[in-house]
Amino acid sequence: MTDTVILPDDTMADHTTADDVTDHESTGILSSESRMRRIVTVYVPLACFLVVLLFPFYWMGITTFKPDSELLDYRNNNPFWITSPTLQNIRKLLFETDYPRWLWTTMTVAFGATALSLFSSVLAAYAIERLRFRGSGYVGLGIYMAYLVPPSILFIPLATIVFQLGLFDTSWALILTYPTFLIPFCTWLLIGYFKSIPYELEECALIDGASRLQILRRITLPLAVPGLISAGIFAFTLSWNEFIYALAFISSSENKTVPVAILTELVQGDVYQWGALMAGSLLGSLPVAIFYSFFVEYYVSSLTGAVKE
Amino acid sequence: MSATDTRDIDALNWVAPRRTPGTLARLMDNKAFLVCICLFPALSLLIVFLTYPLGLGIYLAFTDTQIGRAGEWVGLENFESLFHDRIFLNAVWWTVAYTFFATILKFGLGLWLALLLNNHMPFKSLVRAIILLPYIVPTVLSAIAFWWIYDPQFSIISYVLVDKLHWLDHYIDFLGTPWHARWSLIAANVWRGIPFVAITLLAGLQTISPSLYEAAMLDGASPWQRFRFVTRPLLMPILAIVMTFSVLFTFTDFQLVYAITRGGPINSTHLMATLAFQRGIPGSHLGEGAAIAVAMIPFLILATVFSYFALGRRKWQQGSDND
Repeated sequence: MTDTVILPDDTMADHTTADDVTDHESTGILSSESRMRRIVTVYVPLACFLVVLLFPFYWMGITTFKPDSELLDYRNNNPFWITSPTLQNIRKLLFETDYPRWLWTTMTVAFGATALSLFSSVLAAYAIERLRFRGSGYVGLGIYMAYLVPPSILFIPLATIVFQLGLFDTSWALILTYPTFLIPFCTWLLIGYFKSIPYELEECALIDGASRLQILRRITLPLAVPGLISAGIFAFTLSWNEFIYALAFISSSENKTVPVAILTELVQGDVYQWGALMAGSLLGSLPVAIFYSFFVEYYVSSLTGAVKE
Repeated sequence: MSATDTRDIDALNWVAPRRTPGTLARLMDNKAFLVCICLFPALSLLIVFLTYPLGLGIYLAFTDTQIGRAGEWVGLENFESLFHDRIFLNAVWWTVAYTFFATILKFGLGLWLALLLNNHMPFKSLVRAIILLPYIVPTVLSAIAFWWIYDPQFSIISYVLVDKLHWLDHYIDFLGTPWHARWSLIAANVWRGIPFVAITLLAGLQTISPSLYEAAMLDGASPWQRFRFVTRPLLMPILAIVMTFSVLFTFTDFQLVYAITRGGPINSTHLMATLAFQRGIPGSHLGEGAAIAVAMIPFLILATVFSYFALGRRKWQQGSDND
């Protein structure tokens, strides 16, 4: 899109000064000198960034499949490669620990918390943006402020509340508390999406005799599907990644979520099972990474949209 | 004039019989009811699990509650003892320093990455997707990978520096001494934070119209001048917001430190959040833990006020574009 905007200007620049043209990449006249400069100033630093950002994942992956003999012997093996890959670590993780169970708990908690937050956020966002009652702006601001209260200052009082409600050490403790940081974000995202839907559509439906809830279900929600997907995947990844509540509210091994369980159950004593630890981290990261890869564009738009909002 | 007046009256006459006051009133009633219904789930969840705990936390900070024993009101005793507690003071200092250095590095490198990504290049969206990976993956799990990278005996960084490049003659004890551990934590935090900063700033960069750069170029502005006088002022509002969030979340960080060092060696890397956890849950002194958590609130209010003014300034600056 920008190319079509730039092109006429380039032709104009052609007439005025020849020097400016070499600076423009879109003209396609690249001298080897400026291409070299571009490689040095853009591609080399970018490659460095990519290598540094991805190296921990490579290291995680390669450690997972390394047998112990190679893992702890850098003298005779190249640590960056595997000569005899093994599934030993994954087998151990899946069959000798409660890992599948932890994965299942994490999954149910993430889906439960996401569904609950989406449901509450859709209704709240609709009320704030479309029903326009007195003080709706203040309610919106209040929900936004809730986003600024971090879990780190809430987990101690929440632990006592969760205990009093009899939810301690159950998945419900997590499903009910995660929405506190998911709802503010989702509501703000959805308010933005509802804003983009023309109000006239709802007015037409009102004139045709539709009730408010019918309008929400038949008109607004179908049009806000991209927003729902964005909010949903964001909520899902955030609940999958959550740590401090899961650490504080869950005590028995079988109810733990993956991040907590790896850190508290797989780390025993002073000899760390690096192979198993990395296998656990890799398997715990994969579901959310795969999920993310299907919806990258939605994710990016929600991340940037929320900031711009 | 008179023609439009009569038309208005006509219109009124036409509407009136179709909408009786009764249905209108009922609609209004209905709407108030509907608003309550719609707000109920979100607000009840937030009040029960956010507002109430916030108040309860502040109350707990003034009691000597322990796990399994209801506490009594002790006034400022918790804060007085914390004020003389060297571990706590060290944690406050280190939390501020951690936030400061990590934010500077994150924004320096993140802005650079955003500027690199703002160029035309093949596979741009793929690169952007890959760059966000560190942000997507559960922090604790990548922190465990860093823990392994920082291993004293089998650290891959030490291996490269000592055995391959021969720049050093001994392996670095990344997590064994306070300062090494601190910089290692900052590095891990920066690694995790760069993608968020880069992608959000990239979104900000893309809203800047290319014609502004062309105008600057025609006026003979150098690349640095273009950055200084075009990019910087237009990026400032979004930068302020991203920075507020980044500072907020870095200041209250818990996962990275808990996973990599657990506050060690000898309590030198405790953040306020990890210290609050340490004292409150395993140490079972809920009152003291709550007091440490409450001590974070003034810093957070500072950040929020900053966010409020940044948002306000942006609205004021904003013209019709950019939405």
